[in-house]
Amino acid sequence: MPAAVPSAGSDKPLAAFRGVGKTFPNGVVALEHLDFSIQRGEFLTLLGPSGCGKSTALRLLAGLAQPTRGEIVRNTAAAHEIGFVFQEPTLMPWATVAQNVRLPLRLKNIEYQESRVQEALALVGLGDFRDAYPRELSGGMKMRVSIARALVTRPQLLLMDEPFAALDEISRFKLNDDLLALWRQLNCTVVFVTHSVFESVYLSSRILMFTPRPGRIAAEFSIDAPEPRAGQFRTSPEYGAQCREVSAALADVMAGS
Amino acid sequence: MMRAASYISFGERALRLVMPILALAVAIGLWEGIVRYYELPPYILPSPTLVFETLKSDWGTLSESLLVTLRTTALALLLAVVGGVLLALLFASSRLVELSLFPFAVILQVTPIIAIAPLLLIYLEPQTAVLVCAWIVAFFPILSNTALGLASVDRNLRELFELYGANRWKTLFLLRMPAALPYFLGGLRIAGGLALIGAVVAEIAAGTAGRGSGLAYRIVESGYRLNVPRMFAALLLISLAGIAIFALLTLIQHLTLRRWHESALDRES
Repeated sequence: MPAAVPSAGSDKPLAAFRGVGKTFPNGVVALEHLDFSIQRGEFLTLLGPSGCGKSTALRLLAGLAQPTRGEIVRNTAAAHEIGFVFQEPTLMPWATVAQNVRLPLRLKNIEYQESRVQEALALVGLGDFRDAYPRELSGGMKMRVSIARALVTRPQLLLMDEPFAALDEISRFKLNDDLLALWRQLNCTVVFVTHSVFESVYLSSRILMFTPRPGRIAAEFSIDAPEPRAGQFRTSPEYGAQCREVSAALADVMAGS
Repeated sequence: MMRAASYISFGERALRLVMPILALAVAIGLWEGIVRYYELPPYILPSPTLVFETLKSDWGTLSESLLVTLRTTALALLLAVVGGVLLALLFASSRLVELSLFPFAVILQVTPIIAIAPLLLIYLEPQTAVLVCAWIVAFFPILSNTALGLASVDRNLRELFELYGANRWKTLFLLRMPAALPYFLGGLRIAGGLALIGAVVAEIAAGTAGRGSGLAYRIVESGYRLNVPRMFAALLLISLAGIAIFALLTLIQHLTLRRWHESALDRES
């Protein structure tokens, strides 16, 4: 499988998978021969059907699981430079929005800074909801809290595991736009997992397509659409063409598996 | 969040309050009527008014006994909370301890307390034996519910804690204990009723006379003397004590969980 094209810049990639494989204890081979690197500042999407190991790759990157073969090189300053957004909002129901967002600081023994919690909430547009409880929020708002929590440590690398899969289309489109705005504003690196071709083309600067069982990289796409992207990009001919190209590749992958 | 539900349900809420009271009043009225109509002697069935009068006239003895039973129940419940929670924490921290100790807890739970009481009365002072009996029945629901709660933590939240390098204690205090709280409170509500039952059963088995004897003993004693009105009066007090304990624990549960837990939510919100 082709490795990622190294960036023209001299700086090292933020992280890299070197011949990574993962076999679960029950013998299922989730990932095989995974070789790619993550460039600073890019929006990288891992795209593929359910069960292709893309979430497993993300968990390996976060350090939540260990690879069976190969190694993962991280050039982030420390592990806490990583923010993780799960598929579900994963909020503590007994804690307020502000307490939920503050959690990473507490766990990392970072002195409580009200301004950082407030800043993270403002970034996701929830500045007025700090004292609300999760159950009082809509699905989209819960996901925003979850993103604010991931941002509160000011991570270099933001990992997102199908974060908008459970949301309705209107909320999803809105959050897509807000996420792009955040990515530009914070100048961070995002690795995003999704099974939606349309979402991946809309968001990414680069897409890695995974094959199912065992998960490998089947294809790579660079999406060079004009920045900043916004609503009109969704209906533009370029967007349609890119989606067609990626969809065709996905169909090939599925037919071959 | 709109709270419109409370306006709509005003009639419903009034109904919920009025109907049980009305039904109870009708039942008591029927009872009074039957006793008077058939002129039943008090040793067969005392009328409600007589029971109430007995309650007033014997209030000195009965209130003292009520306090004894309540004190036993409260102390047993407190010790059950301490013991149940500590043991649940121990179970949660070590699978080995759980596997070796859980059978003991089950044996204590499934053996009827009335069968254990005579044995305890041989080994212990009567008052201590009563307390131990009440504790044995009260502690199991707290233990099993709390242990279940400590193990029922959302998997993603657990991983989140791992991701940010949380140590054991932080995971326990910030994640597992709050997650177990609704389970614990559910167990506490069951345990409150069971502590009273345990205390009453043990008091009957113990049969201690004189000062410092509880309500259940008053019932046995009055039975020997065929003082049926007093039996009813004591029974009424036990009943009221049980209702009060249940109401108090339900209130605690509601106040603790109302902001966040599913069980405390209106259906509309």
